Amino acid sequence: MAEPVITSPHAESKRPFLTEQRRSRFTAYTFISPFFILFSIFGLYPIFFTFYLSFYKWDALGPMKYVGFKNFELITTDPTFWISFSNTLIMGLMGTVPQVMLALLLAVLLHSGMTRFKKTFRILYFMPNITSIVAVTLVFSTLFGNNGMINWLLNGIGVESMAFNSGWWGVKIAISTMVMWRWTGYNAILFLSGLQSIPMDLYESAKIDGANRRQQLFFITLPLLKPFIIFVSLQSTIGALQLFTEPYVFLGQSGTGSTRQEGITMVTYLYSEAFRNGFFGTAAATAVLLFLVTILFSVLNMLISRGGRETGGKKA
Amino acid sequence: MSTLRMFRKKPDDPGFFGKLGFYLLLILGALVSIFPFYWMFVVGTNDKGAVFHVPPLLTIGDQFFENFKRVLDKSDFFQALGNSLFVSSMVTVSVVFFCTLAGYAFAKYEFPGKNVLFVFVIATLIVPQQLGVLPTYVIMAKLHWIDSFKALIVPAMVNAFGIFWMRQYISSAVPTELIEAGRIDGGGHFRIFWRIAVPVITPAMATLGILNFMTVWNDFFWPLVVLKNKEHFTIQIALQQLFTTRDGLDYGMIMSATFTATLPLLVVFLLFSRWVIAGLTSGAIKS
Repeated sequence: MAEPVITSPHAESKRPFLTEQRRSRFTAYTFISPFFILFSIFGLYPIFFTFYLSFYKWDALGPMKYVGFKNFELITTDPTFWISFSNTLIMGLMGTVPQVMLALLLAVLLHSGMTRFKKTFRILYFMPNITSIVAVTLVFSTLFGNNGMINWLLNGIGVESMAFNSGWWGVKIAISTMVMWRWTGYNAILFLSGLQSIPMDLYESAKIDGANRRQQLFFITLPLLKPFIIFVSLQSTIGALQLFTEPYVFLGQSGTGSTRQEGITMVTYLYSEAFRNGFFGTAAATAVLLFLVTILFSVLNMLISRGGRETGGKKA
Repeated sequence: MSTLRMFRKKPDDPGFFGKLGFYLLLILGALVSIFPFYWMFVVGTNDKGAVFHVPPLLTIGDQFFENFKRVLDKSDFFQALGNSLFVSSMVTVSVVFFCTLAGYAFAKYEFPGKNVLFVFVIATLIVPQQLGVLPTYVIMAKLHWIDSFKALIVPAMVNAFGIFWMRQYISSAVPTELIEAGRIDGGGHFRIFWRIAVPVITPAMATLGILNFMTVWNDFFWPLVVLKNKEHFTIQIALQQLFTTRDGLDYGMIMSATFTATLPLLVVFLLFSRWVIAGLTSGAIKS
C-alpha cells in the first residue's frame, strides 16, 4: 500500500506473448485449479469407480472379478439389507417430519416482532448443532438407558418404561430423537432468516385489508417461505438417508462392534459390508442403491413441496 | 384458547397471555437445547452410579478429576485432542486459502468456461460422501496413506461450499475498480489479491474458517474408516472407543471425557456465534 505507484517500464516497451488478457485468464485458472484437481482425484474418479466396482467381486486386495448384476442380486436377497432400508426410511420419517414442523413453529415464534432476546435464543437453539454427533449420542444413551431419565419421566406420567436400547421401536425413537435434537434449532434458524427476508409492507397491506394473524401466516408467511421449506426438507431428507454415526455409536456398545438390527441403516450396512466383511463389490452396489434412493426421494420431495400449494386443496 | 380470542380482537397484538405462551414455548425449546450440555457435566462430575440415580440427580458433584483420571488411563485423550486440533487446523487453513482464491477468481475474473465451471462446483454439493468412499479408501491404500493424517487432510483441502460462499461475498464486498486500479499500477495478480482483496474479506474468511473447523472436528465416518492405530485417533474416535468397553459402562468417565472434548468448541462457538450463524444463514439462502 505504501509503495510508490510507478508503472513498470517493461510492461509497455515490449509486447510479450503473455498479453494482459492471457495472463489474467491463466491466473484465474490457476486460482481455481486446486478444487478441480482434488475433486477429480477424490471426488469424480471415486464416483465412477463405485459404479464400475458394483459389477465386480472384490475384497480390495486380490484381483477383481466381473460378476454382472450379481452384487445387486446378493444385497436385494439379503434380509439385513431390507431391514437397513426400512430402518432408514422409518427413522428418516420420524426424525425429519416432526423436526421440520417444530423448526417452523419455533422460527415463527422467534420472528414475531415482540420477541426480546432474539439473539440469545438463536445462539441457544444453535448450540446442539455444534456438538459432535458422538458426544450427542453418548449423552442420549444415558438419558435413554433402562433406568435413565426418559424412562423415569415416562413412569412419572404413568407410562411404562421402554427398552430404548434394544426394542424395535425404542431404538428408532431414541435415534430419531437424537437427530431431532441436533437439527431442529439449526433448521429453525434457517427458517428465521427466511422469515426476515419477507418484506414488512406485505403484512401492513394485509392488515389494512383486515387479515388477522392466522390469515397472515397462511397467506403470506408460509407461501413466501416455500423456497426455505423446500431447501430444509430436502437437506433433512438427504441427511436422514445418510444416517450413520448415531446408530453406530448408540448400538455399538456391546464391544463386538456389530450394529444390532433394530437400528442398522443403509450406510451402516455399507460400512460393515466393506470394512468388516471385505465385500467391496456388494458395498459398492449398496452405495449405488443409496444414491438412487437419494435421487428418488429428492425428486419426490420437490414434487410434493412444489405441487403442495397448487393442488393441495383437491388432494385434501 | 385465550390466545386465539386475542388474535381476533386485535390482529397485531396477541395480548398478555399470547405473549406469555410464546415465551414459555421459546424458553422450553431453549431448555431442551441446552439441557444435555448440563447433564453431560452433571454425570461427569458425579460418581459411577449417578446416571441411573432415581430420581435423576441434577446437581454438580466433585468427582470430575477422579473420573477424568480414568479417561487418561483408558485412552490417549490429550493425544487424540491434539490430533484433532492438528487435522482441523491444517484443513481449515488450506480450505480458507484455496476457497478464497477460487472464489476471488470466480467473482472478479473473466475467462472462458467460467459459468460452466461454477455450475459444476455447485453441482458437486449434492453428491453424497458415501458414494465415493470405497474407491477413495482404495486410493488411500495405494498411496500408503491409511492410518495417516494425510488421508484426512488432503481430500478436504478445498470444498465447493467454501468457493460458493467466498464468491458471493467477494462479488459484493470487493470493488472491481480497486482491483483494476491495482492492475494499472502494475501489481501482480496474487499481490493484488493478497494486499487489496484479502483485507476486505477477512470476516467472510473467518466465518468460513470457523464453520469448516467445526465440521472437520466433528467428522466421524471418514476418520473411522482410515484411522487404525490408537495414537492416530481423532477425538471423536477416541470418545467412541471409551463407549465400547466390555466391563460395564463407566458413564462418569465417559461424560467427563465428552465434556472436556466439547468444551473448546463450545467456547469458540460462544465467542464467534454471531459470525457462525451469519455464515450458516447466508450460505443456505442461495444454494
